[in-house]
Amino acid sequence: MALEPAILVNGLCKSFEDNSVLSNVDLTIDWGTQLTIFGSNGSGKTTLLKSLAMQCRPDGGSINIAGRDVSRDRSTIRQNIGVVGHQPMLYQDMTCIENLIFFGRMYGVNEIAKRAQKVLSEMGLGRHLNDRVRNLSHGMQKRLAISRAIIHKPPILLMDEPETGLDIVALEIVKSLIKSWTSKMGAVVITTHSIEIGLGWGSDVAILNNGAIVYRAKQEEVDQMWMRKTLLSNFGLTS
Amino acid sequence: MKNFFVPILLIVWKDILTEIRNKDIILASFVFAILVLVICNFAFEITPATVHILASGILWISFIFAGILVMTHSFVVENDLNSLEGLLLCPISRDALYWGKMLSLFLFMMVVELLLLPIFAVLFDYNVLSPSLILIMVLATIGFATVGTLFASMSVNTRAREIMLPILFFPVVTPVLISAVEASMSIIGGGTAIIDIRGWIQLLLLFDVVYLVVCPWAFGFVVEE
Repeated sequence: MALEPAILVNGLCKSFEDNSVLSNVDLTIDWGTQLTIFGSNGSGKTTLLKSLAMQCRPDGGSINIAGRDVSRDRSTIRQNIGVVGHQPMLYQDMTCIENLIFFGRMYGVNEIAKRAQKVLSEMGLGRHLNDRVRNLSHGMQKRLAISRAIIHKPPILLMDEPETGLDIVALEIVKSLIKSWTSKMGAVVITTHSIEIGLGWGSDVAILNNGAIVYRAKQEEVDQMWMRKTLLSNFGLTS
Repeated sequence: MKNFFVPILLIVWKDILTEIRNKDIILASFVFAILVLVICNFAFEITPATVHILASGILWISFIFAGILVMTHSFVVENDLNSLEGLLLCPISRDALYWGKMLSLFLFMMVVELLLLPIFAVLFDYNVLSPSLILIMVLATIGFATVGTLFASMSVNTRAREIMLPILFFPVVTPVLISAVEASMSIIGGGTAIIDIRGWIQLLLLFDVVYLVVCPWAFGFVVEE
């Protein structure tokens, strides 16, 4: 696993009818790193993440996750990724713990009840184990969605604008969760509009514009001042 | 093998649990089917002499209309909060997902159909309950649920899903529906033994087998984008 990069994308293309969303995207993400992808609305962030998560089929190019080709080893790859999307992907009439036990069993997690309780406590939902999802606030649903994504301890986390709807406390939890993931040699990919999150969480950065990666830098190479200015003025992002 | 059956049972458990909690599927389709029975009761001049001729048709009209509601709702639940995507992200085969949803659909449809039989008996003053009829109901409902799971998964993301599902569904299940109505008519009318309707049973079995082979295979293509 350590020999191959966590994620290797070559020449990825995707169009919806005549609208080209991703054009020739190349991307390498190593184990133990977090990559934040910035991009304005319609830049292709969500499509890129969905392609990595095998939620949409690319028109061209190749994607390797943990050394496996997504067009072949789909089930094994699914075991290795955790996905947080725009929607929580949960069942409204089931409680928090029931949702996690259900999804955990789907992933074959051992001692799932214990694991679900632990994850919910870590995500600050310890007092809401038996609350139904429909009765949770948007932010709490988001926390639960993150819990669902990590219930099976996937080495790779894909998070599409994880900050949406989260308060400061929850953001800190997510930040430390990502830190612990990368420290255990996992890989995390985040898309965001927020410069503060992208630059403040100490990650590698990339800018996606009109479906192409136009900038990529390691964390230590990023000139924060220049980056802020560029993202604010050229890509219409928020601070 | 365990990896195949566990997700199926989990999906069925999840569907039953959510149905017990929100009572959306069974209650709504049951009430709708009762309304169909009541309307038929008023619309047709039903006498003790004609009831055995009409009973089968009326029963299956109510079953199939209720079934359409069950099918639509069964996948609408999956669309809430995009939970179907969550399921598709799990490392389970698309076949297991299909069989889980199909079994839930079959169970819900059977519950509604069994609840309707006594209501029919009261409204039409005619006892239709017999083991042969239950057998026909099971075979026909397997066919409906098998095709319904596939088409409900296709239509749930369309704008006009309530229209799309019947348009796709009815032409395909027509052989099952005709066999079920004909077999039921023989059973209800003359108390015919199973041996006398074996032609219809064989036809039902044949279409069930065809659907059970083709639909899970096609489902994989439908849900993968």
